[in-house]
Amino acid sequence: MSQVTVMERTPHIAKPFVASAAPAASDGSRIGFENVSVTYGALTVLHSFTLTVNPGEIVALIGPSGSGKTTALRAVAGFVRPSGGRILIGDRDVTHLAPYDRKIGMVVQNYALFPHMRVEENVAFGLRAHGAAEDVIKKRVPECLAMVGMSTYAKRYPRELSGGQQQRVAIARALAPKPQVLLLDEPLSALDAQIRRSMLDELAKLHRDLPNLTVLYVTHDQSEALTLANHIGIMRDGKLKAFGGSQSLFRHPPNRFAAEFLGRANLLPVTDVQPLDEQMAKVRFGDVTLSARNHHGLARGSDCLVCVRPHDFRFSRASEPNSISGTVLSVQWQGDVHNITFDAGGETVRMTSAPMANPPRIGEIIAVHFDAAEVTLVPEDASHG
Amino acid sequence: MAEAAIAAAPAPRLRVDSLWIAPPLLILAVLFFYPLGLIVRASFGEDAPSLATFEQVLMSSRFLDGLYHTIVIAVSATAGCLVLGFILSLIIAFVPFPGAKMAGRLIDTVIALPTFLVTLAFTFIYGSAGLLNETLMHVFSLDLPPIDFLYSQWGVILAEMTVYTPFIMRPLLATFSTIDQAQIEVASSLGARPLRIVRQIILPASLPALVAGGSLCLLLTVNEFGIVLFIGAKDVITLPLLIYSKAIQEFDYTTACVIAVVNVVLSLGLYSLYRLAIAHFGGRRAGLV
Ligand SMILES: Nc1ncnc2c1ncn2[C@@H]1O[C@H](COP(=O)(O)OP(=O)(O)O)[C@@H](O)[C@H]1O
Ligand SMILES: [Mg+2]
Repeated sequence: MSQVTVMERTPHIAKPFVASAAPAASDGSRIGFENVSVTYGALTVLHSFTLTVNPGEIVALIGPSGSGKTTALRAVAGFVRPSGGRILIGDRDVTHLAPYDRKIGMVVQNYALFPHMRVEENVAFGLRAHGAAEDVIKKRVPECLAMVGMSTYAKRYPRELSGGQQQRVAIARALAPKPQVLLLDEPLSALDAQIRRSMLDELAKLHRDLPNLTVLYVTHDQSEALTLANHIGIMRDGKLKAFGGSQSLFRHPPNRFAAEFLGRANLLPVTDVQPLDEQMAKVRFGDVTLSARNHHGLARGSDCLVCVRPHDFRFSRASEPNSISGTVLSVQWQGDVHNITFDAGGETVRMTSAPMANPPRIGEIIAVHFDAAEVTLVPEDASHG
Repeated sequence: MAEAAIAAAPAPRLRVDSLWIAPPLLILAVLFFYPLGLIVRASFGEDAPSLATFEQVLMSSRFLDGLYHTIVIAVSATAGCLVLGFILSLIIAFVPFPGAKMAGRLIDTVIALPTFLVTLAFTFIYGSAGLLNETLMHVFSLDLPPIDFLYSQWGVILAEMTVYTPFIMRPLLATFSTIDQAQIEVASSLGARPLRIVRQIILPASLPALVAGGSLCLLLTVNEFGIVLFIGAKDVITLPLLIYSKAIQEFDYTTACVIAVVNVVLSLGLYSLYRLAIAHFGGRRAGLV
C-alpha cells in the first residue's frame, strides 16, 4: 500500500496525466451511443439507443420519469453493462472498460460529496486517484474552486454547505481531473427554483469558459434543456423519440410526443394536406382553412396535426387568415401573463397573452390567429408511438 | 409574575417523574449492586477488611498468566473479528452474488446460537479425534493427529472469532446499506479503483460501526467463559476460568472474588472506553452519513 502511495506522488507518473488534459482537450471528446441496449432481467430499459454528442457540445436528454435517461448516462459512465451495442468516448470503445478507466466527470442529483472529507479534499479526490503530484493538486484545487465560486469554502465539510454550494463543489470535483466528458444527471433537481435558475446561468457560463467540454445533461425539465443544450434528445420508454437542434426541435417537433413534451404545444387535428410550395401547406381544421409550415414534407391529402405554441396565438378582430374561434373555458392571471383555455371544435386549446386590462370572460366566444410561418405540421404518430 | 409561574410549573411534574426511576433502581439494586457488593466485600477477606489477599493474588503468577491470556486472546480475537467481519461484510454488501441476502440472514442466525455450540463443532472438525485429523491420519497413515492448534491459545482465538465476527458484521452491514451508492459511483468515475474506494469512502464511513462492534467484541471476549472451557486447552487459563476454578474447584472464595473484582474493573474500563468512542465518533459523525 505504502509503495503505491509513493509511486502516486512521483511527478513522473503525474505529469502525463495533467499535461495530456490541457492540449489534447482542444479537440474535445465525442460521446457515441451505437445501438446500445440495456436490460434488467426481462425488462429492456434502453432499446437500440443511438446518439452522438459532438466534441464541445451540450446535449440534453429529456423525457418523463422512467424513460431511461439515467440508464443511458450510466451506460456512458460504466455502471450498467449494455446487453448490446457500443459506447464510444472520442475514438475509444469504452463499452467494456471499467468506470475508473473512462476519464469522465460525473455530477448527480444528490451531489454525493464525500461527507468525511473537506471541500478541498473532495475536489482533490480525482486528482489523487489519477496519481497527480502534490504540487499539481495544490495548484489545481483552488483553480477549480474558483471556477465555481467556492474558494472561501475550501476548509468546510459538505454538511456545512447549502444544497447549491454542495452542487458547486460536486461540479468542481468532477472537473478537477480535466475530463473531456462531463455527465450530469438532474444536477439541479434537488435545488429550489430560484437557486436552480442561477445555477443554470452558471452552468452556461462554465461551458463558455470550458468550450471543449463535451456534456451529456440528463433532465426532466425542458427549460433547463432549452437554456443549456445545443441539441436535445427526447426519450420515452427507453427509446429516442426525437433528436435535433434545440431551436429546430422546439419549432418543428417531428412527432406528437416531442411537441407535447417540449413546450406543451397545442396539437390541432387537421386534414387534407395541400402543399403550396417547398415550405408551406394548406390544411383543413373543421370548416376553416389554415396554412402552416410543412417542415416534415407531409404528403398531399394526408391527415396530421398542426403544432401551435400557446404564445403563438394573437387575438384577431376581423377574419384574418389562420384564424380560429372558440368558447373560453378558463382565464388565469399569472402576473406577467394571462393563461387562457378555449374550446375550438371540441379541442381544448391553451394560449398565453400579455396581461390584459379586460380579459375575456368564461363562456365568451373569441377569435384568435397565428402566423403561418411560426407553426408546423406534425405527423400523427399514434401508429408507431 | 408570569415568569415565576412558568418557572414554577415544571417543578412538581419533575418530582412525580423522578419517582419512575425508583422501580428500576430497586430491581438493579437487588439483582446487581447487592451481589456485586458482596463480591467486593468478600474480596477484602472474611474478617477485618484488608488488602492482603489482593496483594497476594495480584502478584501470583497464575493470576498474571490469566490476565495475560485474557488480554492477548481478547485483543487478538477482536482484531481478527474486525478484519474478517469487514472483509465478509464488504463481500456481502458490495459484490453482487446470488445468495448475498441469505448470507446476511445467516449472520443473525449465528448470533442467536449459544457460543459453546461453535466450539463443539470445532472439536468435531479440528479436534484430535475430529474429522480433519482422522482424514489426514487415514490418508497419510499417521499415528498421531497432525493438527493440534485447537488446544492452544490459537484454538480459542479462532473459535471466538467464529462466534463474534457476526457481532461486527451486523452494525457494519447496517452502515453499508446507508452508504450512498452514488458516492461510490462518483469516486469510481473520478478514477478510484475498488481498493481506494474501500480505504477512502467505505472505511471512514464504517469507523463508528467498527469502533462500536469492536468494543462490544472486546467486552464479550474478555468475559468469555464457555468457549475457553469447552476448548479445554491445558495452558490457556483466562480470568473467568480462573475465577471458576478458584470458586468451584478450590473453594477459595476470597481469591475468586479478588479476581472477579479485577475482571469487573477491566470490563467497566473497556465499557467506558466504548462509551467514549461512541460519543466521539457518534457525535462527530452525526448527520454525516
Ligand atoms: N437497477 C435496476 N433494476 C431494474 N430496473 C431498473 C434499474 N434501474 C432502472 N430500472 C428501470 O429502468 C427504467 C429506466 O430508468 P431510468 O433510466 O432511471 O429512468 P429515468 O432516469 O429516465 O427516470 C425504469 O423503468 C426503471 O424502473
Ligand atoms: Mg433518472
